Amino acid sequence: MTLDPPSTVSTTSRRGTATAATRVLGVLTIVMIGWLGVFGLLLSPADRDQGDAVRIMYVHVPSVWLAYLAFIVTALASAVHLFGKSHSMQADRVAGASAEIGVVFMAVTLVTGMLWGRITWGVYWQWDARLTTTALLFISYIGYLAVRGLEGSRSQRARRSAIVGLLAVLEVPLVHWSVRLWRSLHQEATVLGTDLDVSLDGLMLFSLFVGVVAFTLLFLWLLLHRSRVLTMIDLSAETGLDAALAQRRAEGGVTA
Amino acid sequence: MTDAGFILGSYAITFGSILIFAWRTVRSGKSLSDGMSDEEKPWL
Repeated sequence: MTLDPPSTVSTTSRRGTATAATRVLGVLTIVMIGWLGVFGLLLSPADRDQGDAVRIMYVHVPSVWLAYLAFIVTALASAVHLFGKSHSMQADRVAGASAEIGVVFMAVTLVTGMLWGRITWGVYWQWDARLTTTALLFISYIGYLAVRGLEGSRSQRARRSAIVGLLAVLEVPLVHWSVRLWRSLHQEATVLGTDLDVSLDGLMLFSLFVGVVAFTLLFLWLLLHRSRVLTMIDLSAETGLDAALAQRRAEGGVTA
Repeated sequence: MTDAGFILGSYAITFGSILIFAWRTVRSGKSLSDGMSDEEKPWL
């Protein structure tokens, strides 16, 4: 006689947040990051002035690009939640997921910038316009994540954080143009300056391009997975609340 | 390569952060999805 295994959620459902599309995206991202390592560390030439220190640019610039992109996506998703007719909670989760990714990559930007600064300036940190505004941007989004963790209903959390998300993004152009607005130790934008002039050697520019493409793919992959995780966290909280209410009703002899 | 420690360190920090964040995200996705049916996962 054979017995069928007991039917549980974990045996009938698919584990994780992956789909065929995210698997393809993940493989592409790994390949591109591999190429970034090869181009950044081996194939691209040393700079005439900075020597090998320029290799840090291939991870530093894509990191800040990803952080800016993440904060802009947070603002757009916040606007969709705040001004959209349905006040989409999915938009709120995308905003939260994107901000988490942005904070991680802003931290990476600050640390890699400090290492680059130690080589070129001789110090890890200076209270310079670019560095200070970048640190403020980082702290602002830590604040955004703190606001998301405040007490209150999910709609209150979404509304409050959407307002903060829309205000904090105003710092992004300030950080980007800080080297023009104030005297700064930091070099001006290499690619996206006001004159849109590209002052990089061909292979250096290509290496930077590989980095930007790799980190853009990485952002999409992380955003898809992280927003699905936030969806499940919200659903778990909802299910837990329903169960707690049912238990209270049962204890009080109230029928739903 | 001059300043190899700083350069390799910046790559290690970047790739290490990516790896840790991605791994934590995938792991939390797996543990959360264990308690849910496919109907509760709109991406499937």
